[in-house]
Amino acid sequence: MAETSTNERSTAADMDGSIDPEERERLAKEEELRQIAASRRAEKVPTVIVDDVHIVYKIYGAGAGRGSATSALSRIVRRKASPALSEVHAVRGISFTAYKGEAVGLIGSNGSGKSTTLAAVAGLLPTASGAIYTDGQPSLLGVNAALMNDLTGERNVVLGCLAMGMSYAEVREKYQGIVDFSGINERGDFISLPMRTYSSGMAARLRFSIAAAKTHDVLLIDEALSTGDSAFQKRSEDRIRELRKEAGTVFLVSHNNKSIRDTCDRTIWLESGVIRADGPTEEIVSEYEKYMKNRR
Amino acid sequence: MSTVYEQRLLGVAGPDGDSGLSPGDLAARYGLAVSGKRPSLAGYTRQLWSRRHFIVAYATARLTAMYTAAKLGQIWQVMTPLLNAAVYYLIFGLLLGTKHDIPNFIAYLCTGVFVFQFTQSAVLSGTRSIADNLGLIRALHFPRACLPIAFTVIQLQQLLFSMAVLATIVLATGEPLTYRWLLVVPMLLLQSVFNSGLAMIMARIGAKTTDMAQLMPFIIRTWMYTSGVFWSVTTFTGKAPHWVAVILDNNPALIFNNLMRYALMDSVPASSLPNHVWIITCAWAAVVGLGGYMFFWKAEEEYGRG
Repeated sequence: MAETSTNERSTAADMDGSIDPEERERLAKEEELRQIAASRRAEKVPTVIVDDVHIVYKIYGAGAGRGSATSALSRIVRRKASPALSEVHAVRGISFTAYKGEAVGLIGSNGSGKSTTLAAVAGLLPTASGAIYTDGQPSLLGVNAALMNDLTGERNVVLGCLAMGMSYAEVREKYQGIVDFSGINERGDFISLPMRTYSSGMAARLRFSIAAAKTHDVLLIDEALSTGDSAFQKRSEDRIRELRKEAGTVFLVSHNNKSIRDTCDRTIWLESGVIRADGPTEEIVSEYEKYMKNRR
Repeated sequence: MSTVYEQRLLGVAGPDGDSGLSPGDLAARYGLAVSGKRPSLAGYTRQLWSRRHFIVAYATARLTAMYTAAKLGQIWQVMTPLLNAAVYYLIFGLLLGTKHDIPNFIAYLCTGVFVFQFTQSAVLSGTRSIADNLGLIRALHFPRACLPIAFTVIQLQQLLFSMAVLATIVLATGEPLTYRWLLVVPMLLLQSVFNSGLAMIMARIGAKTTDMAQLMPFIIRTWMYTSGVFWSVTTFTGKAPHWVAVILDNNPALIFNNLMRYALMDSVPASSLPNHVWIITCAWAAVVGLGGYMFFWKAEEEYGRG
């Protein structure tokens, strides 16, 4: 198994004093992750089962003659049912089972169905056929849509937390932690200003901090790691790791192969809505990198 | 099933006892539920109740955000209803002279305009509540009924501003302050239930048939002209056949208007109200409120699709 080989590597690296401290830290973290995964996996309890799932988007307003009133009229006269309806078959029959303690990466080129799969696991997108079984209610990491740019950061923190289903008592308890984590107040009292006055990096930091304040049984992360400056990125990676410890299972969608390697022990490679490969991260990501290089 | 086989090779599949199971049986064995499945009506109500703080916070936030771009800010909360009443007074009071057969026309008109506005805006924003918030629906989990209800709460908050304006107008036009004013509370409560129900019905229809948002303003306007906002409905019930008169008299919007007028204006006699007016009002609120809730819940898992 890939696990054992990397364990050996990390022990070898520890003995060899010449390796740089950053690398050693990374290896130590990986080791820690593997242990969590291994201890949880000993129970081998499935948390997410995806069984031959197809997802079809229905899109109105596309197709020919959409702008012309006469064509719309002629369609009505000829009683054609859904005139400008087109379908996108985003996910075409995927099946996998994720277990407690696993961190599963989803990779693939743009439009391969990664985010759609994630949304369907979260129960936010209905499946056209097939079924998705989950343990509890999986949640997507993200509150962007609930926040309002015209309101102060302060009110957005409260609103975002309530939107994730916290009670007022929980919000009061977590409020200071969220503000401190985001680092918004490092340069003056920005939290009492409307969010539209924030730089895009600051807004992204606040959004991530709010979203990461809650722990989940099954956590789904869609490219959330690449926000903010490098100091914040490091902090958010640590936070994800913490969330992983508390959560049963983590899914991560990212185009950043490094964060997949750092966070996940298993990776599923999607291409055009079907699973192309499913296995240990190192193997699959290398194969994927080779594939992408050839396509260029 | 090839992937399950692959997983077994990788050593990540479950204990041997699990390997022969179909995905559905495996899910049942470990107590997994279908993701995004519609909860039972009782479970749904419990979820909704636990999100009550979110509904109020979301409504207040939307209302605050609405006027932040305007220089006068929250003053528009009061200005909007005042200007509305002024426009209708100009057209129907001064130019068309509808007021001749109604005592204290200004108070009569303003009450009608504000009370109907509550229902009108709740229905219109309810119709768009799903389609305009797809981002929120696709990102977070919450009972979707939060949205049409939150939009009704926004309109209720706006109505409370209008009510302050209305109380001033009514008192300024020489009506006394009486105990009847207390009737405003149960009346607004019933109207809020009725409006939420209607907003939920329209939210489901609007989510499926996006054309509804274009059609609704016309339907609402027809409703407004038959609800005695500008003139007394008796103008046409007198000449109409009996069944038309019955429909017009039991129009919930008309009943809410007349109830509010009766509560606030001493010059409106109890005889202007139909018999059993509170029973009819409660029935409307119960049927539309509960019916709308059930109707909305039936399609809970479908909101957010394409």
